[in-house]
Amino acid sequence: MTPAKAAGGARGARGSAAARLALLAVPVAFFAVFFAYPVAAIVARGLHVDGSWRFGRLWDVLGQSDIRHVLWFTTWQALASTALTLLVALPGAYVFARLDFPGKQTLRAVVTVPFVLPTVVVGTAFLALVGRGGLLDDLWGVRLDTTVWAILLAHVFFNYAVVVRTVGGLWAQLDPRQEEAARMLGASRARAWRTVTLPALGPAVAAAALMVFLFTFTSFGVVQILGGPAFSTLEVEIYRQTSEIFDLSTAAVLTIVQFAAVGAVLAVHARTVRRRETALRLVDAAGTARRPRGAGQWALLAGVLASIAVLLVLPLAVLVQRSLDAPGFAYYRALVRDDGNVFLVPPIDAIGNSLQYAVAATVIALVVGGLAAAALTRRDAGRLVRGFDALLMLPLGVSAVTVGFGFLIALDEPPLDLRATWILVPLAQALVGVPFVVRTMLPVLRAVDQRLREAAAVLGASPWRVWREVDLPMVRRALLVAAGFAFAVSLGEFGATVFIARPDNPTLPVAVARLLGRAGELNYGQAMALSTILMVVCAVALLVLERLRTDRAGEF
Amino acid sequence: MRALELDRATVRFGGRAVLDAVDLVVAEHEVVCVLGPSGSGKSTLLRAVAGLQPLDSGRVALDGRDQAGVPAHRRELGLMFQDHQLFPQRDVGGNVAFGLRMHGMPRDRQGERVRELLELVGLPGAAGRAVASLSGGEQQRVALARALAPRPRLLMLDEPLGQLDRSLRERLVVELRELFGRLGTTVLAVTHDQGEAFALADRVVVMRDGRIAQSGSPLEVWQRPADAFVARFLGFDNVVEATVTGEVAVTPWGKAPVPAGSGQGARTLLVRPAGVRLGDADDGLRCTVAARTFRGTHVALHLQPEGAPRLEAACALRDAPEVGSTVGVSFDPAEIVVLD
Repeated sequence: MTPAKAAGGARGARGSAAARLALLAVPVAFFAVFFAYPVAAIVARGLHVDGSWRFGRLWDVLGQSDIRHVLWFTTWQALASTALTLLVALPGAYVFARLDFPGKQTLRAVVTVPFVLPTVVVGTAFLALVGRGGLLDDLWGVRLDTTVWAILLAHVFFNYAVVVRTVGGLWAQLDPRQEEAARMLGASRARAWRTVTLPALGPAVAAAALMVFLFTFTSFGVVQILGGPAFSTLEVEIYRQTSEIFDLSTAAVLTIVQFAAVGAVLAVHARTVRRRETALRLVDAAGTARRPRGAGQWALLAGVLASIAVLLVLPLAVLVQRSLDAPGFAYYRALVRDDGNVFLVPPIDAIGNSLQYAVAATVIALVVGGLAAAALTRRDAGRLVRGFDALLMLPLGVSAVTVGFGFLIALDEPPLDLRATWILVPLAQALVGVPFVVRTMLPVLRAVDQRLREAAAVLGASPWRVWREVDLPMVRRALLVAAGFAFAVSLGEFGATVFIARPDNPTLPVAVARLLGRAGELNYGQAMALSTILMVVCAVALLVLERLRTDRAGEF
Repeated sequence: MRALELDRATVRFGGRAVLDAVDLVVAEHEVVCVLGPSGSGKSTLLRAVAGLQPLDSGRVALDGRDQAGVPAHRRELGLMFQDHQLFPQRDVGGNVAFGLRMHGMPRDRQGERVRELLELVGLPGAAGRAVASLSGGEQQRVALARALAPRPRLLMLDEPLGQLDRSLRERLVVELRELFGRLGTTVLAVTHDQGEAFALADRVVVMRDGRIAQSGSPLEVWQRPADAFVARFLGFDNVVEATVTGEVAVTPWGKAPVPAGSGQGARTLLVRPAGVRLGDADDGLRCTVAARTFRGTHVALHLQPEGAPRLEAACALRDAPEVGSTVGVSFDPAEIVVLD
C-alpha cells in the first residue's frame, strides 16, 4: 500500500468519527451502567465505611485466617488444575494436530462440548461419577467428592478443549517441513522437536495455561457443588459471605481482591498473546496430519482416546444414566409436578424461564456487541476506541460472581432499582455474553474490504444500503454464531444469575443447584434430569454452531 | 460541454499535498488517461472525483455543477477498481444489476439491461455464473459491465488492466478503445503503464507529486515530453543537461545537432535511442558496448563512452555489435528534442 492510500483511510476515518461515536453510544452507556457502576458500588461498599474511605479494610479482611486459607486454596487448586490439564490435554493437542484417524472430526466436536456446558451440569455429572451413590461408590465404594480430586478432575474436564484448541490449533498449522529441515541438518527426531517445534508452541502453551488458570481461579459452580464445606474458592466465599453470612462489606473486599488478581492475569495473558503473534510460518492445517506410524504413535493415540473416554465422555454418560435410573422416567415426570417443596413452581418452569431469559440476553448481547463491533471495525481506530475494545473483554475474565454481586448491590436501590424487573437477569447474562459476540463479529467485519463498500457507494448505494447489501450478507453467518454463543452462555450462566434470580423464577442452573442442595433421592434424580436436559440443549447448540462455523474466523 | 472540471483541487495527507491545486477538464465523450508513477496522486484524483475522498480545497464539478457536499452515491459516476471488487456473495448478473437496483430500475428492465451489457463486454449468458469461477479477464469484463450498467455520466478506471497478463492486456485495451468510441462514453482512467495510456486515451495527463506535469495527445506527449521527469518516466534514459547555440548543443557526449528553432541556452536534451547512430570506432564518440538486450523488434544497446554517462541506442539485430566491442557514435537531429 502506498503511503497515500494508507493516509486516505485515516482521513476517511476522521470523516466518519461522528458516525462511530453514535454507534459506540449504546455499548458505552451499557457498560457504564451495568459494569462500571456496579464495580464502583462494590468498591464503595467494601472500602467506604461510616462515611470515610478505609483502605485498611483490605488488610483487615486479608488478615483473617479463614480468608487466607480460602486465598491459598484458590491459588493452589488453580495451579494444580492447570498443571493436570496440561498434562492430560497436551498429548491430546498433538494427536488432534498431527495424527489422522477415522472419526477425528466428530471427536473434535465431542471434546469441545464440555467447554460450553454449564458449570452446574459439570458439577452434577462429576457428582454422579465420584460422589455419594455415584458410579465409583457403587462399584468399589470409592468417593472423591469430599476430596480435592473431584474439583481437579472436573476442571480438567472443562478445560481440555481450551488446550486442544489453542495449542493444537497452532500445532496443526506449523509447517512440518521446518522439522524436516532440522532433521536434514542432522538433528534427531527428539532434538528437532525440542529445537524447532517446542519454541514455536511455547507462547501458545503459555496462553492456554493462563486461560486455564484464569478459569479455574474463578471457578464457582463446580466448587460450589463438589467442594462441600471443606473447600471454598474466593468466588464461593464471596457468595457465602453474601447469601449466608450477609456480610456484604467483606464480600465486597473479596471481590476487589478477585478483580485485582484477574486483572493481573489478563494483563499477562494479553502480553503472551501479543508475543504469540510473532512471525511463525503457518500452513493450512488440513495438510499436516498423517496416519499414525509405529507403536509409539498408536499407543499415544490409544492413550488419548482412553483419557477422553474416561474423563470427558464417562461423566456425561453417567449423568444421563442416573437421570434415567428410576422406573418410567420418574425423575423427568417429577419435574412437571408442582409439589411446592423446593420451589414455588414446578421445576420444569425453570426451562421456560431460562429460555425466556436467554432469548432476551441474546438480543441485548447482539445489539450491544454488534454495535460495538461495527464501531471497532476500522483498523485505524484511535487509542480511545482500542481501549474500549479491551474494556469490552473485561467481563469475560472478571468473574461472573463479580457481575452478579455488583448487580445485587448496585441495581437494587434508587437511582436504578431493577430488583423487581425480570430484565435484571438477562442484563447480567448479556454482559457475560457481549465479549463472545464482539470476538466473533470483529474479525469477520474487519475482513470486509473497505473498497467493496466504496464500489457499492459509487454504484449508488447510500451508507445504510451499503451496510445492508455488502456487510450484512458477509456477517450473517458470524451473527448467527455470535447469537448461538450468547444464547448458550446465557442458558448455562450460573455465577451471576444465582445472585439475582428471584426465588419464584429460577433458571435451569439455579434450579439444579437448589435441587442438589436438598436431601432425598427424588431431588437428586430431578437434578440429574434437569442437568441432562440442559446438557442436551447446550451440546446441540454447540454442534449446530460448529457446522455453521466453517471459516473459523472467531477466537473462540 | 465539460463533463468534469477540477479547479485547483487539493488533498493533503498530514500536511503533504497528495493533490496539489490540480486543474483538469474532461470534455464529454473524451477519453482521458492520467499517467504517473505510484504515489503521484492519480488514485487520489479518482477518489476525489468519486466523492470517496473529501477535498481540502478547490472544487470538483460534474456537468458544470459543483459537487461539494454531494456524497459518492449521488454522483452518478462509474468506477472500476484496480482489483475489480466484485461482490463475492452475488453472481455475475447480481453484480451487474447492483447499480440498476440502487437506482430503482424495475426488475424486468434490469434483466434486459444485464443481458445487453454482458453481450457488450463479450460474456453473453454469464449472468448465472459465480464470481469466484471467473478468470481475471472475465472479472475485468464483469466489473466493466457493472460500472457501465447505470449509464454513468463519467466512467473512471483505476489501473484497469493492471493485474492481467500482457497478451490479454493488449487485446483488452483495443476492445475498450473500440467500446468507448462506439458508446461515446466519457472516460477518466489512471494507469502507470504508458503503453496502456497511449493506446486508450484521446488525451494523456502526466502526473508527478500531485501536480500535472504535462497534458496533451499521446503523440504530443511522446514527441515532446515537457521535461526531464516526463521523458524519463516515458522510458527515455538519454536525458542530459546541454547548452544550445543555434542548431548545435554542447553535451557530455560532445557536440550534437538539434532541430532548427529549438530553445537556446542551458537546456535539457533528450536523445531517443533511435537517434544514436553507430559507426566505425574512430568515427565520432568512442564507446564500448556494455550490454545488449534483445527486444523483439530491435536490440537495445548500452554504450559506455569515456568520461561521460551511458548512452542507450537501438539498432536492428543484424547490425548489433558484440558486447565488449568498440563503436563510434554520431547523432541524428530528427530524434533529438530540446526540452523546455
